[in-house]
Amino acid sequence: MSAETIQSRREWLLSDRPASRLQARLGRAYVSWRRFSANRLALVGMLIIIALLVVAAFADVLAPYSPTVGDLKNARLLAPSAAHWFGTDDLGRDIYSRIVYGARWTLYVVILVAIIAAPIGLLVGTVAGYAGGWTDTILMRVTDIFLAFPKLVLALAFVAALGPGIENAVLAIAITSWPPYARIARAETLTVRNSDYIKAVQLMGASPFRIVLRHIMPLCISSLIIRVTLDMAGIILTAAGLGFLGLGAQPPLPEWGAMIASGRRFILDQWWVAAAPGAAILIVSLGFNLLGDGLRDALDPRSGDQ
Amino acid sequence: MSVAENQAAAGRGSARAVAILSSLGRFLVVAVTTYLGLLAVTFFIGRVIPIDPVLAVLGDRAPTAVVERTRREMGLDLPWIEQFYLYVKAALRGDFGTSVLTTNPVMADIRRVFPATIELATLGTIIGAVIGVPLGVLAAVKRGSLIDQIARVVGLIGYSVPIFWLGLLGLVLFYAKLQWIAFPARLDVVYEYTFTPITGFYLLDAAIQGQWDVFHDAWRHIVLPAALLGYLSLAYISRMTRSFMLNELAQEYIVAARAKGLSETRVIWGHALRNAAVPMVTVIALSYANLLEGSVLTETVFSWPGIGLYITNSLQNADMNAVLGGTIAIGSVFIAINLLSDLLYRLLDPRTKAG
Repeated sequence: MSAETIQSRREWLLSDRPASRLQARLGRAYVSWRRFSANRLALVGMLIIIALLVVAAFADVLAPYSPTVGDLKNARLLAPSAAHWFGTDDLGRDIYSRIVYGARWTLYVVILVAIIAAPIGLLVGTVAGYAGGWTDTILMRVTDIFLAFPKLVLALAFVAALGPGIENAVLAIAITSWPPYARIARAETLTVRNSDYIKAVQLMGASPFRIVLRHIMPLCISSLIIRVTLDMAGIILTAAGLGFLGLGAQPPLPEWGAMIASGRRFILDQWWVAAAPGAAILIVSLGFNLLGDGLRDALDPRSGDQ
Repeated sequence: MSVAENQAAAGRGSARAVAILSSLGRFLVVAVTTYLGLLAVTFFIGRVIPIDPVLAVLGDRAPTAVVERTRREMGLDLPWIEQFYLYVKAALRGDFGTSVLTTNPVMADIRRVFPATIELATLGTIIGAVIGVPLGVLAAVKRGSLIDQIARVVGLIGYSVPIFWLGLLGLVLFYAKLQWIAFPARLDVVYEYTFTPITGFYLLDAAIQGQWDVFHDAWRHIVLPAALLGYLSLAYISRMTRSFMLNELAQEYIVAARAKGLSETRVIWGHALRNAAVPMVTVIALSYANLLEGSVLTETVFSWPGIGLYITNSLQNADMNAVLGGTIAIGSVFIAINLLSDLLYRLLDPRTKAG
């Protein structure tokens, strides 16, 4: 591609008078991308998350050993070596392979929590914001009450009642993490509620249900995505904490928090058993934090550099 | 001055009083509903989720007679609303039932273990504030500089690191390899039985009684867990301080102060930081509340006999009364700090209008 065509394409993207909706959208995406990619840390965050996705998708190819079955006879608690990059655990399982498969469980948790909690928050927030009055007061009071609770302790109590397990841990985290999304969705709803285009749709006879679903919710999505990305690290840490306390994923699942818990017994002599999964958690949460910060700065310039 | 302005000036005093009253009234409503909400959630967890709450409390090995008696004592034959009313009444009296594990009333257990948690969280917050505030100020003043970058990375890692893992690595390094600190506990066994605490805060107690060997020993036990919690709060406090300071430094009064010829030190630490003080108090209070919660995992790693370890030990033994009592205890303090710092913010900062 010659320099001229690149130049003309950029002009097309940045045009003040887009000829089509597609051109306008691509142009805005391009501007956001330029802002995002100017932030080197944000790019690092994105690379970490892409790596996480790749590792989770190709775990079968990347892991040289089974994540659940080890060689108890010959390979117990080996130090890191060429054969076992991060050593082996007390059941003779290759820690590297377990971490690779653990990426799947980390993704499983964050994705499930996000698709449970974000829609709940979106629904509560948009309904409260659009309806106003008593509905708003009651829904927001409930939101504030949940917002005032200590999240981890409440999640602990929920899992204690529901019984340990990764599904229950997901449920407990989701129950405690929807309130900020409701607040954001309500704030966004309030800014558009009285705008002309909503009035126009109302005049055309659209039902409140349709207005909220088709005309308000889509506008809340971008700020919600930023917030969810920023929360991902917290979700991972809470899930790992529950796993560490034996309340999340149960053995022999290669969940990172549970792996740290099993390495705790040998921490003074075979520290690598606990060290590697913790480093994995740190890197992935760091990735989500960097990505979230970058997305916020790129998509929402108002709050930049805060 | 115009007539309208005169009237406005006269009305300002009473308007301020009304504002304070309405803000107190709002505070009461919020406090009551939030506490009721907390109790509703723990009620839900303890009575509604388990298929048989009696089994959840007693475990499945309890004899039938005990099960029947407990069922009546818990009022499980009553309608839910009435059950909840009785539950709230009992909770207000501080009655959270009996712990199966320790056979004490849960409230007595909580009283015994809470000072350990408070001591740890307080020391953690002090560490976090003493380092975090200056770090945040410097990062804001020298924006984009090396120190700003370092503060940012330190903060980001603090937001991303699993605290229990960092604690374990800390134990390996400082306890096993370097032997700078003592093993996970509150005191050495030697002192455990000879030392009589007064307030339950061992550092303070040892200092009051002049037992400096105990003080030194307690310090060697608390320093690593407190430093870890301090790191968590440092990450949060420095980030917020930076943001507040950037906001203040962009104001016009800063330009005025500089134009008057004040030294840069006075402008930054005297004028700007002082104006950021009110939100800073809120941030430090919130970070304290978060540390109370964060202590659950830290205490488990360091065998620190506080409320967090109490909850996790009870969890392992399916002791639901103790788990929920501990949850309510942490939740209550957490909520109280949240609400009070919010109230304080509204009352102290003239820019926030009540209501």
